[in-house]
Amino acid sequence: MYRILKKTYLTPTVVRMEIAAPLAARNALAGQFVILRADEEGERIPLTIADHDAERGTVTVIFQVVGGATMALEAKREGDFVATLAGPLGMPTPVEGLKKVAVVGGGVGCAIALPVVKRLFELGAETTSIVGFRTAELAILEQEFLRYSSRFFLTTDDGSKGERGNVCAPLSRLLAAGERFDAVFAVGPLVMMKYVAETTRPYAVKTIASMDPIMIDGTGMCGCCRVTVDGKMKFACVDGPDFDAHQVDFDEAIARLKTYEPIEARARERHCNLYRAASQQAPARTKREEE
Amino acid sequence: MANFNMSNFKHTMPARDPSKRCSDFMETTLGYDENAAMEEARRCIRCKARPCTEGCPVKVRIPEFLALVSEGKFEEAYQVVLQTNCLPAVCGRVCPQETQCEGRCTRGVKGEPVAIGRLERFVADFHLAHSVKEAVRPAFNGHRVAVVGSGPAGLACAGDLAKMGYGVTIFEALHTAGGVLVYGIPEFRLPKSIVRSEVEALRALGVEIVVDAVVGKSFTLSSLLNEWGYEAVFLGTGAGLPRFMGIAGENAKGVFSANEYLTRVNLMRAYEENAETPVYRARHAIVVGGGNVAMDAARCARRLGAEVTVVYRRSREELPARREEVEHAEEEGISFRFLSNPTEILTDGQRNVVGVLCTEMELGEADASGRRAPVEKKGSLFRLDADCVIMALGTSPNPLIPRTTEGLSSGRRGEILADEGGRTSLKGVFAGGDAVTGSATVILAMGAGKRAARSIDEYIRNQ
Repeated sequence: MYRILKKTYLTPTVVRMEIAAPLAARNALAGQFVILRADEEGERIPLTIADHDAERGTVTVIFQVVGGATMALEAKREGDFVATLAGPLGMPTPVEGLKKVAVVGGGVGCAIALPVVKRLFELGAETTSIVGFRTAELAILEQEFLRYSSRFFLTTDDGSKGERGNVCAPLSRLLAAGERFDAVFAVGPLVMMKYVAETTRPYAVKTIASMDPIMIDGTGMCGCCRVTVDGKMKFACVDGPDFDAHQVDFDEAIARLKTYEPIEARARERHCNLYRAASQQAPARTKREEE
Repeated sequence: MANFNMSNFKHTMPARDPSKRCSDFMETTLGYDENAAMEEARRCIRCKARPCTEGCPVKVRIPEFLALVSEGKFEEAYQVVLQTNCLPAVCGRVCPQETQCEGRCTRGVKGEPVAIGRLERFVADFHLAHSVKEAVRPAFNGHRVAVVGSGPAGLACAGDLAKMGYGVTIFEALHTAGGVLVYGIPEFRLPKSIVRSEVEALRALGVEIVVDAVVGKSFTLSSLLNEWGYEAVFLGTGAGLPRFMGIAGENAKGVFSANEYLTRVNLMRAYEENAETPVYRARHAIVVGGGNVAMDAARCARRLGAEVTVVYRRSREELPARREEVEHAEEEGISFRFLSNPTEILTDGQRNVVGVLCTEMELGEADASGRRAPVEKKGSLFRLDADCVIMALGTSPNPLIPRTTEGLSSGRRGEILADEGGRTSLKGVFAGGDAVTGSATVILAMGAGKRAARSIDEYIRNQ
């Protein structure tokens, strides 16, 4: 059992939780994830470590409320416990030796992009952050990105904040203007990462995508997180989650993510009804963002 | 002199009606009652050679325990089994007795062997139902040992060390102790309440169990020895890494490793109504492989409503699964395509599985394993329709610890290299079970865990 120390809403559907988990906090590095389970009967889900404090023994996760498992997690309050938190899992993001880097985050993926930016900044790299959201209300972590970025670009699909369009536009401009990055990190929806990869491909810039497939154990046992990279089968949980974006089969990954879609829709319904009945005093939060 | 039962047949063990059991997850077989157990035990003629004990990887004193059963001394019989086997309720259910104790039984020369497995299960179940005696916690000898992994190897090693007085901590990566006994073997073959009782029995001996602890990630192996005060470590990390065939379509929607499918069903209990964890509800599932895991996956898929076909590249005679599992699977309406091997998984435009292309095989010369190697028949392609394919092709040792531990030698398949006593290339580090041998059986893993416990004891005494 792991106690939730702090819970805040970044948007009505994006939640940040700081959880006491000394074992996972001890050796965590940017890019690694934890497997978390809200309740004893809950589903095991992977969540990237958004921040951690080894001394206090805490791990911070940021998640979007999209399905049954995240709804169950969101229903928890400060002082409540989650049943499982195991980690840190996966390989850390390879940041050593990089001098000039662009980090591209999309939607709630920005929560995962931020610790990478922070780590690069601490290592003295020149960091360009490009973050994109559907609309102004969904924009998160702007101040944090500004703090750790040499340059910062924000886009929204509808133009309600920052530049109108998607993250590939500023990236494309920078590359066309002759910017030469040691690496570009893409963290966000699969479609976004796919287009970031296509944007950088002509410039042969090393581009790394942070994959977030379905997982159960997170230790290499189930194989449901398998990703095709350069024609070879890789397990995101132990070989990743970061892979060469120019080699990842994104179309396959997009299809695989939908494996349980019909079942998950039913789970969402169940949770909605359940929590509507159970939590009159909780803040309004049943509105959910469709990606 | 005992009055032997000279029937050539085993006393039948009652099983639930296949048409009923194939839609739920309750245990398939019901076990012997006291009379049946005593009758069956009287079939043992107490031959001098004791081939049964020789055939047992942990050398259970089988004739002795059978004699006690025949006299109705069930608890005493259980205590005899327990001396060498700390998981009798599990082994009685899942051991491949036909190739071990029962395979060597003298009664088996003319007729069926004594039903040793069923009797082992009977005495263990009798004990669980009747025992009131509190476990005696041995006095702590001042030495602490870490055990990584709570599957059969880890549990056996921890149990033996605890009985010797060691302070034992088991570190388990998942949220429940039991390893393959909880994530792999289904409820209808091994009720989870039995695994829980066995784990509780270890706790009663003073063994501490830490779940959600991924050694090699949460902390390293060397930190256990250098920072945490453990004098030795046993690695019983199992063979968790699933194998795939490397054929086209294998990453389509609807293709699963048996590990994934079984973990969802068993550990996460996805078969229950309103389960939080989803499992794919197939109409027609194809299970590739012929081992116990393939039978487990097939029978789970059947219970979840699928028509199931097991595709195996050798013939019925070579099936590595326990005979009883194959029989149960067939009773439940699972069909088999022998001498067939998938060459491609067929998909629709949305990458959903729609079928499997297979080729017929024939058996050629015996290969390194002693079995006749399957050879492809030219021009024999055929198609099976399916919306789900489960790959049960065996597993390789989990690579997490070898990858993160300097100086720990491992082999070509990622197996940790260890000698007969479990000693690895690192001082104070021992290993056993599937992590060393690749996927094998519960009882072999237990045997390895027990041998390692003796080596650890010897190692610490000589420090």
